[in-house]
Amino acid sequence: MFHRPLPRLAAVCAALTLTAACGTSSGGDSSGGDGPGGFTAPDVPMLQELGDGEGEVDVLAWPGYVEDGSTDKSVDWVSSFEQATGCQVNVKYFGTSDEAVNLMKSGDYDVVSASGDASLRLIAAGDVAPVNTDLIPNYADVYDFLKDRDWNSVDGQMYGVPHGYGANLLMWRTDEVDPAPTSWGAVFDENSPYAGKITAYDSPIYIADAALYLMKTQPDLGIENPYALDQDQLAAAVDLLKTQRTQISEYWSDYLKEVQAFTTGDSVIGTTWQVIANVAQDSDVPVDVTLPEEGATGWSDTWMVSAEAKHPNCAYEWMNHIISPEANDAVAEYFGEAPSNAKACDVATKGFCESYHAGDADYADQIWYWTTPIPQCLDGREDVTCTDYGDWTQAWTEIKG
Amino acid sequence: MAYFLHRHPGARLGLLLTPPMLWLGAAYLGALAALFITSLWGQDPFTGEVVRQWNLDNFRLLWESEVYRRIAFRTVGIAALVTVIDIVVAFPVALYMAKVASPRLRSVLLIAVLTPLWASYLVKAYAWRIMLSENGIVHDLGGLVGIDLPGYGLTAVVITLAYLWLPFMILPIYAGLERLPDSMLEASMDLGARTGHTLRRVILPTVFPAVVAGSIFTFSLSLGDYITVRIVGGANQMLGNVVYDNVGAANNLPFAAAVATIPVVIMLGYLAVARRAGALENV
Repeated sequence: MFHRPLPRLAAVCAALTLTAACGTSSGGDSSGGDGPGGFTAPDVPMLQELGDGEGEVDVLAWPGYVEDGSTDKSVDWVSSFEQATGCQVNVKYFGTSDEAVNLMKSGDYDVVSASGDASLRLIAAGDVAPVNTDLIPNYADVYDFLKDRDWNSVDGQMYGVPHGYGANLLMWRTDEVDPAPTSWGAVFDENSPYAGKITAYDSPIYIADAALYLMKTQPDLGIENPYALDQDQLAAAVDLLKTQRTQISEYWSDYLKEVQAFTTGDSVIGTTWQVIANVAQDSDVPVDVTLPEEGATGWSDTWMVSAEAKHPNCAYEWMNHIISPEANDAVAEYFGEAPSNAKACDVATKGFCESYHAGDADYADQIWYWTTPIPQCLDGREDVTCTDYGDWTQAWTEIKG
Repeated sequence: MAYFLHRHPGARLGLLLTPPMLWLGAAYLGALAALFITSLWGQDPFTGEVVRQWNLDNFRLLWESEVYRRIAFRTVGIAALVTVIDIVVAFPVALYMAKVASPRLRSVLLIAVLTPLWASYLVKAYAWRIMLSENGIVHDLGGLVGIDLPGYGLTAVVITLAYLWLPFMILPIYAGLERLPDSMLEASMDLGARTGHTLRRVILPTVFPAVVAGSIFTFSLSLGDYITVRIVGGANQMLGNVVYDNVGAANNLPFAAAVATIPVVIMLGYLAVARRAGALENV
């Protein structure tokens, strides 16, 4: 369906500054290290020792990640950092991963909170530097299952510190949906009794949810990783989503909009985040969530440091602070996700870590974290070219029709 | 200085016109030109950087994939339907305001028409979202008379847009009717024409350019809309959503620019037709 002109591929190769052949694994001789699927990370120097703070730090973050009390007086984990380190925090918020990638290219920011669908691109473009975790004392307390993963490291070298994670769950109205669903099949069934009241996340990355379902239900397709789809596998996922499209009441990307749709009953079943379920339950909407048997997609965010950081010492101080038990817990509770620091649960509100399954490695293993699909298949296949995020975006437009 | 300007009317005119012309030329037409130029570039799919190589790939993709054609037709259809509904609703209101109501009532009605414009677009769209929802008032009213309304979807989009842009249709028609002298209506009556005949042969031809002028607003505003359809449109999308998704999610500015040229081309055609109808003097 979609043409993949060779010049585009060539441009990718050039952009990735691949020293070895494009799209093939280059073995172990690289200076920067191999990324998933065989791209070589540019050689960017890593900070070797911590010096004195520079007096300020420029932070690029998701809204809600850097609160200094100006939004809500009781929500503040920045002031204590500024007093302790003398690093004044200047924050800029971004709304999408793509915006974050673009802003980081300017070189005006020292640290960024990157989701998995941005981090790999930042590494490949040479916009972020490897992180010397020895300089970050709190890194030792980070859950092991978050370290050295596809989206935050290359060849065993960490490119950031894990911030927190969450899963995209299946939510349903308990008074409308019976029996309680245990599988994503509930939203992909072509003869669903809830046709017209199903909701789904409005982003090309949602294709991975369909791919995950196909991975478990149609092994013939050979999907190993929902973010590594060749043309045929993408087509299968698109077909599934087109079938689903006829039963969708609406797609959501604004979480308050989803809360409202479940409150009014315009949507009764669909994908969600834990925080949305909490908000809905707080306003007495009879909803429940589950992590379906197929597992789920999710996000895992990483604080990364710019390759051109003007305030590297303050940046490292910030990364150490934001994953400290108190700050990590405060952000996680404010935003609604699981913290990355095991000790955060010691200071957390009672029941918080349980509801987000913090530290539950089995639960976390069932989550396929958002990763940018790239032409070099993330599952290690070398005989095919995988579809990239641009293809996914066009496919998403086609699904919505 | 003042003396110089007094003696040189050309310089005076130049000084007066340069800032607005710069604004129109650089900020307005310049942006359009940048749009066209960008649409001829490509994008590196992974790093998201714009590749400045001239090509027509974006337009080829637009032309070849059926989905974009369908979205374009759907968008034009919605805009046309909204325009027709607004004309049908606005004409009697404007006629009553201009020719029947007392001057006092007329100003009250005029304020009533203008008031919704003071409220934020988003507030009004979300109000419709609540009213059109499963247990909203519109749905309940439909149930009373035995109609099962479809909820969020294209119908909801048309209803909401028709509501949002109604004042932009009423005002030009009202202005057009005000310019129509009462004596003409009296002459028509005196010559034996009935009300219907007068309406058809005298009023409609005179206000037709005003109707076209109003339709330029409703049509172009609907054509570029992408927020209403996100709020009440269910799973549907319009051209504006494709542009938005390519800017926001995919970061493919060249393709977004190519999509954005579609409404521009449609509007240019529409304006050309409107000019022939003599509507541009009424805008």
